[in-house]
Amino acid sequence: MVIGTLAGLFSGLFGVGGGTVIVPLLVVWLGYDERSATATSLAAIVFIAGFGAAFQGLYGNVHVLDAVLIGVPAVGGVVIGTWLQQRLDTRSISLMFAALLVASAVELVLR
Amino acid sequence: MIGAVLIGVAGGIVAGLLGVGGGVLFVPGLVILLGLGQHQAEATSLLAIVPVGIVGTYTQNRYGNVRRDDALLLGLLSLAGAGAGVALANALSGALLRDAFAALIVIVAVQIVRRQLGGGEPAGAGGDATSESKRA
Repeated sequence: MVIGTLAGLFSGLFGVGGGTVIVPLLVVWLGYDERSATATSLAAIVFIAGFGAAFQGLYGNVHVLDAVLIGVPAVGGVVIGTWLQQRLDTRSISLMFAALLVASAVELVLR
Repeated sequence: MIGAVLIGVAGGIVAGLLGVGGGVLFVPGLVILLGLGQHQAEATSLLAIVPVGIVGTYTQNRYGNVRRDDALLLGLLSLAGAGAGVALANALSGALLRDAFAALIVIVAVQIVRRQLGGGEPAGAGGDATSESKRA
């Protein structure tokens, strides 16, 4: 219950899925393995993001066209990413992604 | 428009590869590349996450990795939190929300690096990462 509430708050506040909160908590508190945690978290995220988006829609903040332009190609991206995951060492990609996140953070703060 | 498609493909690949939601990439992409405000970017990101989550769940379910009862319970319990989070986000200024988001993605970056470099990290280290997420 605590995981769900925290994840929802986090997701609504920052516009992210909430997996950042759900996955580690499922692993640490409920003893999930990483694969089940990721999969179960994805299913929960559908509810959280759908409800959050609807609620944000009431505030008039949702750009539906942009969401479709991002969300639909992202589905293709996920399929590619999952396929690559079976074939690549993800370590260097993870580190590059982390660097990209830090660079994005700097860019956001400097705006 | 091409920018949005690129953000989507990149976010999706990263989501599939690393098991992180696309949102940590969607939001900065929308702000930096498409010039959306922080509130608009977060709202749009949430909607874009929905199809990714549906397809991802379908795929994972075929591998038998989804624990459906827990997922349903988590999803339903989190709705109140999500509503509160959205209301809180809309009560904050765009600048404050943007800086908080920047802090969040730095924490996510640290988590990713730790997970990669740590290997079989002890429970204590995992606990640290957890409390960091909660503080964010």
